[in-house]
Amino acid sequence: MTAQSKTSPLLSVRDLSICFDTRHGPLRAVDGITFDLAPGEILGMVGESGAGKSLTGTAITGLLERPGRIDRGEIRFEGQRIDNLPAEAMRRLRGRKIGAIFQDPLTSLNPLMTVGQQLIQTIRTHMNLSREAARRRAIEFLGEVGIPAPDARIDQYPHQFSGGMRQRVVIALALCAEPSLVIADEPTTALDVSIQAQILDLLKRMCREHGAAVILVTHDMGVIAETADRVAVMYSGRVVEIGPVEKVVRAPHHPYTKGLMQSIPRIGSNAERLTQIDGAMPRLTALPTGCAFHPRCPKAFDACRSTKPVAVPVEGGAVACHLYQGEPV
Amino acid sequence: MVAFVIRRLLQSVLVMLAVALIAFTMFRFIGDPVNSMLPENATAEDRQTLRENLGLDQPVTVQFTRFVSGVAKGEFGISYRNKRPVAEMIAERLPATLELVLAAAVFALLLGVPIGIYTALHPKGVLSNILNIGSLIGISVPTFVTGILLILIFSVWLNWLPSFGRGETVQIGWWSTGFLTVSGLKSLILPAIMLGLFQVTLIMRLVRAEMMEVLRSDFVRFAKARGLTNRAVNFGHALGNTLMPVITIVGLQLGSMIAFAIITETVFQWPGMGLLFIQAVSFADIPVMSAYLVLVALVFVAINMIVDLLYFAIDPRLSVRA
Repeated sequence: MTAQSKTSPLLSVRDLSICFDTRHGPLRAVDGITFDLAPGEILGMVGESGAGKSLTGTAITGLLERPGRIDRGEIRFEGQRIDNLPAEAMRRLRGRKIGAIFQDPLTSLNPLMTVGQQLIQTIRTHMNLSREAARRRAIEFLGEVGIPAPDARIDQYPHQFSGGMRQRVVIALALCAEPSLVIADEPTTALDVSIQAQILDLLKRMCREHGAAVILVTHDMGVIAETADRVAVMYSGRVVEIGPVEKVVRAPHHPYTKGLMQSIPRIGSNAERLTQIDGAMPRLTALPTGCAFHPRCPKAFDACRSTKPVAVPVEGGAVACHLYQGEPV
Repeated sequence: MVAFVIRRLLQSVLVMLAVALIAFTMFRFIGDPVNSMLPENATAEDRQTLRENLGLDQPVTVQFTRFVSGVAKGEFGISYRNKRPVAEMIAERLPATLELVLAAAVFALLLGVPIGIYTALHPKGVLSNILNIGSLIGISVPTFVTGILLILIFSVWLNWLPSFGRGETVQIGWWSTGFLTVSGLKSLILPAIMLGLFQVTLIMRLVRAEMMEVLRSDFVRFAKARGLTNRAVNFGHALGNTLMPVITIVGLQLGSMIAFAIITETVFQWPGMGLLFIQAVSFADIPVMSAYLVLVALVFVAINMIVDLLYFAIDPRLSVRA
């Protein structure tokens, strides 16, 4: 799957905004983001801490907790609106249609239940299978994610697995009811560098084999470049640039994306120091007017300080920056 | 695990020896028992004979060894006041106290755990707030006040329940139980509530705090993200993980409930060990007091041991390591 396919999108997010009701009034953490995801596609979401990427993922799974709430926009999944579904209907979607993988495999599993119990419970929640059939399916999945001797290890507890093995179990758990979308929130951040590539490969292979699309949330541009088909770059709760990953990596448009790319170390480059983007992302309580990036932007001009840029199309993708003109997408 | 049990047993023996030493020294502070046991006009030979008969001419270490070996066999000597073996008196009183504590503990758990779970699952609910405030009252009012209030309301005003004693009891071997008669059960209600009320609030607050903590943990979020039912998430995944600290505290509280039963037993004239102890104190009946001390320590040590073993039953991570 490359770029955007012309078929109807699996997931369609339109103008999604998430705000937190605080004592000092609402704080908008995600501000009008829009993107589509085709079936089987891998979309990377990259940005600094607090850019709103994890929140977006949480909102799609319907697990946003008070005081956070969706205050504008809509999320459609397989054509159906899911942002306003009743809790019980949303629960049935989770796991069955939309799976999730979290950052830390060491804390994602219940320490008091064997991995088999957790798998079987998940399978039987969503599929009408007998205990034996669910167990066979669980063993099959453990084998698929590369756990050696799955029929023996199924009865072991999470603490008997290493970190990398546990993340494999987590992937099996997320995929065991065949969801068509998996939201992977920093799935390799807590792992050893040597294990990261293995887990990413596994995630990619499993999702391809089971026909699941992936939203890969990470702050690691290298992970995105290796894994994703498209990438959405987030800054201060907005998508500043979205497009096919090779285009965005090779020829970024938005000054923020350019800055990001220059800050990645490259083998063979002789630069003594990495370039960095001066300053830090603004806090939600003190967002600048206009484009949130303008105080750090080397190319900022008057319009940037007064009006928020809207996304305009650029080859294959879109960018929200006053430097680029066009019909809003 | 066997190594753990053995290590734990050895520790327990050390603790019990220390307690026995304290119980033993109590005798030495009260003066020479020979003086109180013989008439004023006894001769020096009489004194010497009695001293030798009692073994008081032996070195302290020998006396302590004999005391410990006696205690180990359940011999605590003769009560100064009743002139009866202390072990016998305690055996008479023990069932009353244990039944009271058991009833109070069951009452506390049956009320405290569900309320704790409810308030954790609905932290902002009106009922939760009422229960939380109620628990503050429960935790701050002294138990004898609640006991006296209970007597005033249910015994004096409403005349539903007896205000003192154990009611009729049935003997099963040496054990006398109040569980099998109507009057026994009726007599049990008020003291059990008085003794258990503080524990209800404690258990409720503990379960609430632990459960809220666990509900925020990653594996609960991941369980929710897999679409498991609320029931499976809350009771299958969250509750089990809140139980460890709850078991620890309930275990320790069981010990202190036996110790604090003294107050309840005094208010309700409950014929248990606590009442026996209070009477012993007012008569300086040292054998009874030291026996009570040793026994309460033994209960604490035993409960702690059981709690540690329960961890193994609940948490698979422990059984593998040991």
